Amino acid sequence: MSKKDILIAYLLRLGDNALVLGQRLTEIVAAGPELEEELANANLALDYLGQARMFYSYAGELEGKDRGEDYFAFLREEGEFRNLLLVEQPNGHFGDTIIRQVLFDIFYLLQLDALQSCSDERLAEIAAKAIKEIRYHLRHGRQWMIRLGDGTDQSHQRVSDSVQHLWMYTGEMFATDALDDAMRKEWDGPDLALLKERWQAEVAQMLDEATISLPDGDWAADGGKQGRHTEHFGYLIAEMQHLQRVHPGLSW
Amino acid sequence: MADKNWPLYEVFIRSKSGLSHRHAGSVHAADDEMALDHARDVYTRRNEGISIWVVRSSEIVASDPAESSALFEPATDKIYRHPTFYEIPDGVENL
Amino acid sequence: MYTQGLDQKGKKSDGPAPVESTERLAAFQARVDAEEKIEPKDWMPEAYRKTLVRQISQHAHSEIIGMQPEGNWLTRAPTLRRKCILLAKVQDEAGHGLYLYGSGETLGTSRDQMIDDLLIGKAKYSSIFNYPALTWADMGAIGWLVDGAAIMNQIPLCRCSYGPYARAMVRICKEESFHQRQGFEIMLSLSRGNQAQKDMAQDALNRWWWPSIMMFGPSDKDSKHSAQSMVWKIKRFSNDELRQKFVDVTVPQAEFLGLRVPDDDLKFDKKAGHYDIGEIDWQEFYEVLKGNGPCNRQRMAKRQKAHNDGAWVREAARAYAAKQADKKAA
Repeated sequence: MSKKDILIAYLLRLGDNALVLGQRLTEIVAAGPELEEELANANLALDYLGQARMFYSYAGELEGKDRGEDYFAFLREEGEFRNLLLVEQPNGHFGDTIIRQVLFDIFYLLQLDALQSCSDERLAEIAAKAIKEIRYHLRHGRQWMIRLGDGTDQSHQRVSDSVQHLWMYTGEMFATDALDDAMRKEWDGPDLALLKERWQAEVAQMLDEATISLPDGDWAADGGKQGRHTEHFGYLIAEMQHLQRVHPGLSW
Repeated sequence: MADKNWPLYEVFIRSKSGLSHRHAGSVHAADDEMALDHARDVYTRRNEGISIWVVRSSEIVASDPAESSALFEPATDKIYRHPTFYEIPDGVENL
Repeated sequence: MYTQGLDQKGKKSDGPAPVESTERLAAFQARVDAEEKIEPKDWMPEAYRKTLVRQISQHAHSEIIGMQPEGNWLTRAPTLRRKCILLAKVQDEAGHGLYLYGSGETLGTSRDQMIDDLLIGKAKYSSIFNYPALTWADMGAIGWLVDGAAIMNQIPLCRCSYGPYARAMVRICKEESFHQRQGFEIMLSLSRGNQAQKDMAQDALNRWWWPSIMMFGPSDKDSKHSAQSMVWKIKRFSNDELRQKFVDVTVPQAEFLGLRVPDDDLKFDKKAGHYDIGEIDWQEFYEVLKGNGPCNRQRMAKRQKAHNDGAWVREAARAYAAKQADKKAA
């Protein structure tokens, strides 16, 4: 892979994570537990979608094949999407939504922080902008995790279950593959082993504050980063891409 | 307390450095931190602010409209508090 | 300030409410006539308070229910830009509901009470939202027509006599203008697209035109509340006046788009300077209002489900806050 191709592929992974999680959050509009949370959820989704657009647009520019953000979002096949399995998990109940996001955002924040000092100026700029948004996401998510964990017996049970069943998707974030390695070597990208340590420490502390037990077991599902998804993904993509597939090549 | 509601908070926003906080509206929240977040999410989406105050609505002490005349009318005839009351003759500068 | 209307339960009463003497009522009316704003702690006739609570809560419910037809297309928006814009719009609608519930709360009710009334079917919301959003073009039609009609209604409300409602309306109107523009922009793109897109736009206009006309409500002679609301300056223009204004403004826009308004009787009266429209099918309006519209049950079910699904979350937040408060006190 050329140095440029490495950057493009990495940008698409970043865009895919943001897009898929943003899309998941658009599914729960008008279903939130309180009006203020509707506004919060929309802000979170707008942040992710905005980040996806930045990553995709930049990838398209680098590619030079005249393909923009909408090509990457609406015209790629399932297997071409390289998002983490974690972000494509269904919304479930409010606890599931919060935990999925917190587990991802803690990683994403560390990843963006590392990318601020990568050797591509433009990616570093995008990371610097996105990191402010994700800091706010974590403020929101962390507080909710604690409220639910240390709220009622029912909320504690529910959110503990959320952590338990989402845990198997967290390993993939740190499973260094060829692209992660190449990104680190060629572009001073993140060192996932380092990120893993920090992530584990932060998550342990947050779970403790929320009175949720740290799951044991280190079985990690994977495949997302290589384009092998869970069964949920087909439906997500079908819904999202529907119009562009039925009416190809038009302006909207 | 059997109250089902999250308490009501009043929200004040400082729109830019140098200006005072102004009342923007209200939000419901279960606690103070949540109230700040909600105020941020609801009232600053269009760059309306750089600083937020939230106060439990029940903490606000307000003047009673029934007493308005006693509270506010006495000030209306003390016009000598306004600089325009004073006539400065032509030729006098810096006054 | 807003202290009066909040958490009335448990507050010691200051004694019996002042009698609604003719003097008090006259003094109140004089204030309204002089364009003075009535604020939360001011004396007001009980009927004024009641009618405001009804109108404000209906307005708030409409915003919240209105999130649903558009929310349905968020996951299917055809471009990322459209997705973001539509999401920002729907978010605004949640915000509008919030501002309106807030102004309602200054009148001695609570958000929970207003929502309960909606869920048991006691309170109404604008029946326009009981129509289905069937295609992407509906997003254009809703923004252009439904928000357009709403703006006609809302701008005069910025000058309504009740302070908190007027101020909420000012904030809402500022945000609403982008809503209509994005809808029109969608229609414009479609009308400049291929035949399938043009057909989609025409089809949406065909389905949303009459419901939008009906949004302004029946002619004032048939409307229960109009006359008193006008006297109290809660309503500033008649239903028919606003409807006429909407038609006059919107028909040229449809012509610009190259779309046909689905009204065989539509014609421009040169002398009057207005468009005349055909007969409105009020039977449909009343059926939809009664609960027999295509989406009434679905809209309410979704709202009810969200409310129910969220109960454990709201409770958990309160429980946590109480624990923290106890820790602090200890």
